[in-house]
Amino acid sequence: MSETVEGVSALIIQKLLSNPKVPRDINGDCKIMEDLAFDSLAVMNFVMEVEDSLDVSVPLDKLADIRTINDLAACIVDLKSKG
Amino acid sequence: MASLFSKYEGLAGSLGAVVAAGGRNPFAVVIEKPLSSTVGVIEGRETLLFGTNNYLGLSQSVRAIKAAQAAAEACGVGTTGSRIANGTQSLHRQLERKIADFFHRRDAMVFSTGYQANLGMISALAGKDDYLLLDADSHASIYDGSRLSAAQVIRFRHNDPDDLYKRIKRLDAPDAAKLVVVEGIYSMTGNVAPVAEFAAVKKETGAYLLVDEAHSFGVLGEHGRGSAEAEGVEADVDFIVGTFSKSLGTVGGYCVSDHPELELVRLNCRPYMFTASLPPEVIAATAAALEEMQEHPELRAQLMDNAARLHAGFVRLGLNASQRVSPVIAVTLETVEQAIPMWNRLLELGVYVNLSLPPATPDSRPLLRCSVMATHTAAQIDQALEIFRQAAEDCNVPLSAKETAA
Repeated sequence: MSETVEGVSALIIQKLLSNPKVPRDINGDCKIMEDLAFDSLAVMNFVMEVEDSLDVSVPLDKLADIRTINDLAACIVDLKSKG
Repeated sequence: MASLFSKYEGLAGSLGAVVAAGGRNPFAVVIEKPLSSTVGVIEGRETLLFGTNNYLGLSQSVRAIKAAQAAAEACGVGTTGSRIANGTQSLHRQLERKIADFFHRRDAMVFSTGYQANLGMISALAGKDDYLLLDADSHASIYDGSRLSAAQVIRFRHNDPDDLYKRIKRLDAPDAAKLVVVEGIYSMTGNVAPVAEFAAVKKETGAYLLVDEAHSFGVLGEHGRGSAEAEGVEADVDFIVGTFSKSLGTVGGYCVSDHPELELVRLNCRPYMFTASLPPEVIAATAAALEEMQEHPELRAQLMDNAARLHAGFVRLGLNASQRVSPVIAVTLETVEQAIPMWNRLLELGVYVNLSLPPATPDSRPLLRCSVMATHTAAQIDQALEIFRQAAEDCNVPLSAKETAA
């Protein structure tokens, strides 16, 4: 099964919105740390949840290049296509 | 032009708010004079020390002080060099032998700090084609070691061997070398790792296991060898890392292992190679403190009795203390607005503990982190408990926290 960046991005947004502290008007271009006010630990914990939902491993060194929700989605699609 | 310090604006705001809420900077407390292992002068007042990690009280060991004096007289006060150049004296090799013998291991490496021991071992062991699997609540030195390594880094849920197993299987890389890193006792919460279960996962998946016994060395196990000894799985632990700056009361770090390649790691370990070695007086004091610890197992029994006394007292008061009794006991408060005044009030009333604020805490709540010593008297522990009660009352922190949190 191949996943698209749009599809993964939508799933990430859905997961984020289940947290009541996250602003309601987020989209794929939102910056995870700046716009969502996540600290580094919150980002790592959130990525862990996404790993379990999508059955994928996202190595921590990849997070350094990720700023937006779409960046994370693109990274996951790339990791899954290699797997 | 951009300022290098513009990224500090958020921190300046946060620190300003912490100082404004309590009247002092909790991260700049000065112990003006230690009077004993358990009492120091802070702001001119005699203060009970319940936040120094000095578990066996050996920072004030007379035997270690005398050993340090003699070593400084005989060898000078510094080595002025790296371990692999001019920084290894006979004392360094003697201490490595002593540490290796204590753990019944083939060899030991001594580092200049515990932080560097984790930084050095993790970065030297896990290379580009390898996987590092870290407990989510790992100490900063473990995370920093993972960043200095070129390995792919995966976190697993805290103290959850099943989650580790699942994540190793998900990698689908049966041939890649994997290093699992856990801590015996977690420094912020006092949580104890289920090391035997982690060892079982390690064996089933063919991974290597590194256990950081920084807070459990001298504390857990019949002989004080840490969590792996306590759970009877030392043979399954490939590398034990630890520090001298807790139970032995000095400074420095170590790694022990049976892998003969440890000798080669010395030449591929930047935090070991590119820094000055420990000075002779610290090496001598550490060796003396280790002997004292081995000769006095009753210190460990007293430490656990004291931890149980403080823990039971917190539960009786209705404070939300760590579930497991260990020498690290964290009192969790619900909000930073409660924690800052309460920490300040404790200090004013004569008890020093550590204030831990998110994101340095595992869940987003603040901690008043206490560490117990074998040298605390029952009266000192009872006095600290009474001061906690008073401070909670003065700061309107509800006692029976578990009910209000629900």
